[in-house]
Amino acid sequence: MALTKADMAEKLFEELGLNKREAKELVEMFFEEIRGALENGRQVKLSGFGNFNLRDKGERPGRNPKTGEEIPITARRVVTFHPGQKLKARVEAYAGTQEQ
Amino acid sequence: MTKSELIDILSQHQKHLTYKDVEFAMKTMIEQMAQTLASGDRIEIRGFGSFSLHYRPPRLGRNPKTGDSVPLSGKYVPHFKPGKELRDRVNSSIGKVEIREA
Repeated sequence: MALTKADMAEKLFEELGLNKREAKELVEMFFEEIRGALENGRQVKLSGFGNFNLRDKGERPGRNPKTGEEIPITARRVVTFHPGQKLKARVEAYAGTQEQ
Repeated sequence: MTKSELIDILSQHQKHLTYKDVEFAMKTMIEQMAQTLASGDRIEIRGFGSFSLHYRPPRLGRNPKTGDSVPLSGKYVPHFKPGKELRDRVNSSIGKVEIREA
């Protein structure tokens, strides 16, 4: 089962004794602050986890896969995630018996 | 933005929580996320994105000093796919704000 915001709030409720509403708010705010920083052009570094970086990509030629018609892909700004050494090492140790 | 700045901001918003509480909450959230990936599970946060593992098959690497080839075993690496809200909000800032270091 995938980890969701509800699971994260539940953990804060259990481990910090926050009430459920506070826990839910804190989890929501955590992700919202990261989104807000990125939206303002600010890259985000979470030590022990990884960095969220921004990249501007120029316009490039594209194609409508259905019709084959040529349409330019407009310039855009994208988020990229770079896992930190610690996270990479922990994930690498996972033997991976089940397929994702 | 760094983890400590994020703790500052969250504790300003949550006046009833101390800095220490927010620091512990943040540590708990990040650890839970890392632990989820380390045990091979996905993370799905609507409007933010999903984290999953991608498999990298075994390959022959090289020792850059000696040039000897070294067999490298297959491994998993974390992968992030931004969600629609994050994608749209970030994309709408192109040309309006400069990209700044964390």
